[in-house]
Amino acid sequence: MNNISTRPGADGAATEGAVVRLCDASMGDAGTILEVRAESHSTAHGVGVEELQRRLLEFGFVEGARIEVIHEGAFGRDPIAVRLDDMRVALRRRDAEDVLVLLDKR
Amino acid sequence: MNQTLSPARVALVGNPNSGKTALFNALTGARQKVANYAGVTVERKEGVVTSPAGRQLMVLDLPGTYSLRARSPDEAVTRDAVLGRLAGEVPPEIVICVADATNLRLVLRLAMELKQVGRPMVLALNMYDIAQRQGLRIDLEGLSREIGAPIVTTVATRKRGIEDLLAQVDALVEAGHLAGENVWREPNAAEIRQAHAEAQRIVRTYVRPPEHPDTWTGRIDSVLLHPVAGLAILFGLLFLMFQAVFTWAGPAMDAIEALFGWLGAAVAQYIPNELLQSLVADGLIAGVGSVLVFLPQILILFFFIILLEDLGYMARAAFLMDKIMGGAGLHGRAFIPLLSSFACAIPGIMSTRVIDSKPDRITTILVAPLMTCSARIPVYTLIIGAFIPNTQVWGLFSLQGLVMFGLYATGIVSALVVSFITRRIFWRSTVEPFLMELPTYKLPEPKSVLRNLLVRAQIFINRAGRIILPMMILIWVLSTFPYPPEGAAGPAIDYSFAGIIGNFIQPLLAPIGFNWQMSIALIPGMAAREVAVATLGTVYAVGDAENNIGALATTLSQHWSVATGLSFLTWYIFAPQCAPTLGVVKRETNSWVWPTVMFVYMVALAYIASFIVYRTAVALGGG
Repeated sequence: MNNISTRPGADGAATEGAVVRLCDASMGDAGTILEVRAESHSTAHGVGVEELQRRLLEFGFVEGARIEVIHEGAFGRDPIAVRLDDMRVALRRRDAEDVLVLLDKR
Repeated sequence: MNQTLSPARVALVGNPNSGKTALFNALTGARQKVANYAGVTVERKEGVVTSPAGRQLMVLDLPGTYSLRARSPDEAVTRDAVLGRLAGEVPPEIVICVADATNLRLVLRLAMELKQVGRPMVLALNMYDIAQRQGLRIDLEGLSREIGAPIVTTVATRKRGIEDLLAQVDALVEAGHLAGENVWREPNAAEIRQAHAEAQRIVRTYVRPPEHPDTWTGRIDSVLLHPVAGLAILFGLLFLMFQAVFTWAGPAMDAIEALFGWLGAAVAQYIPNELLQSLVADGLIAGVGSVLVFLPQILILFFFIILLEDLGYMARAAFLMDKIMGGAGLHGRAFIPLLSSFACAIPGIMSTRVIDSKPDRITTILVAPLMTCSARIPVYTLIIGAFIPNTQVWGLFSLQGLVMFGLYATGIVSALVVSFITRRIFWRSTVEPFLMELPTYKLPEPKSVLRNLLVRAQIFINRAGRIILPMMILIWVLSTFPYPPEGAAGPAIDYSFAGIIGNFIQPLLAPIGFNWQMSIALIPGMAAREVAVATLGTVYAVGDAENNIGALATTLSQHWSVATGLSFLTWYIFAPQCAPTLGVVKRETNSWVWPTVMFVYMVALAYIASFIVYRTAVALGGG
């Protein structure tokens, strides 16, 4: 799985079918959750990646769920708030690294 | 007939924000009791209600959770109570799973977990009025068949559906369904995914999406979560809260003070024994009064907090503050406890229970007393009045006001620094994930706000009373015995244990500019910070110092140098001059380690800071 795009283009517009990690997503990005992983993390977690994955799943970050970034924090655009199916969830970008989102066509 | 019906135990389980507590209140009304679970600092809320059949039901309100796979002490209690593993707790016969009817997906997964436990269950679809208003259609029969449990629709805030719910509980007890086999175990990732898929399928089959979905939440959020406007509104709200806490509470606080003063004097008349009289009037009544005097401020503060919580705003505040707090290693949720600590650290520390992880919680507890509580205000007012000239700065601000602001700011900044360092020392690189639901906005129900407020007040009085009373007696003993010798010239307290301790520690405090009078004042000042003002009044023989701060300030400005005054102010920013706070920390952490850590670090910080301030002021000619 090396085909995860880094943020495309300086204009910020995602191309059709681009896959981004939720931690790199911008305000207004919408799509479907492609995968929720339990990968090694750049910053150590108090709870471990397996536990983080389970917590994400429990909140409804599951494959196939609709997701849209609806708010960003004032400092460093962190944390973010997403609409996840019919819920709103806030999370830090560092915890959103393992959520891969297939962006809609713009 | 009624006597033959055996009572039954019912447990309420549900997601956070499902209106579970509102349902608990609607069921049990005033017949509820708040206590603690043995060994853990999780609130245990139980109430009694009589069912339509005349059966006594003991209803247990369990902490909200998304899964039985517990992550916090609160959620562990829910899991263990449901599984019947909680020591000292009789397992419930019936489980009521409380769901927000407008947001079923997550709770269905919880309901499936609850089914695995095997206890008879009723699903209460709460906030059903909102679901109906949105035009959400739920096939109740189909849903009930699918999950294998009866369903009742409720509107807890309007007490609708309560009788139906109780009748269903009756029916389940009547049917004599014994708890089936418990097949629950912690689900792994694959099982959570599968359960979600199942919940999704159920929702698609039996729930038709709303015709008029709630659009208000999105619209309000676009303002309240706006990076600039959102923060501005948050700070505006905080400003309003502080104004309210410090201005509205004034008359009530004066009244409580007057009442306890009168009570002390009135009771004293009837006690012939002078020693007993002093214990009751000066120790117990004055001591309890000195803490209860903060009740009006705490009530006003909690009024705002409960209002904002019921509205759904507190999660937004945590979102907005997360980056600032996170930089210092604090959780966004630490915001509420730290806010409460501006009134008094005790309710602040008690409200850290909302924080899931232990490191996050302990860090918050450790820094909570650095927030400027209102007990510091009399001390600050006295010293500022005595030593800071009442002049204007840049023709705009009063210098005294600026110093006051500086003291608050120093408290906040040092709390952030201390928490940052604490995380480095104790829990290197363990930052818990921050995942939080942003609930839909709801108009708070006045009755439920009022009830929650009363419960909060009751908890504060109970807990604080149990810890504060023994402290008060101890400090009274220290300040009273032994008696001064016949014909002693100095104030009586100078000859007491407090005086002896004060004189003993005075050489240690000399480098920071404290004289023996100040050193003595610190001992009774351990009861509550503002007691130091009264003690200074006693040792400087100024009668009724608390109501005559002007006279005491004049006396102090004659006896102390400016450097000493500033040093004393600095000491009060940091020093753990509050035994009840330490007692509450012991209680909340169930260990002497954390109160000790708190005491040591705060004394060290106070001493170092006062030393720097004193020496700098002396060098600048303020000695």
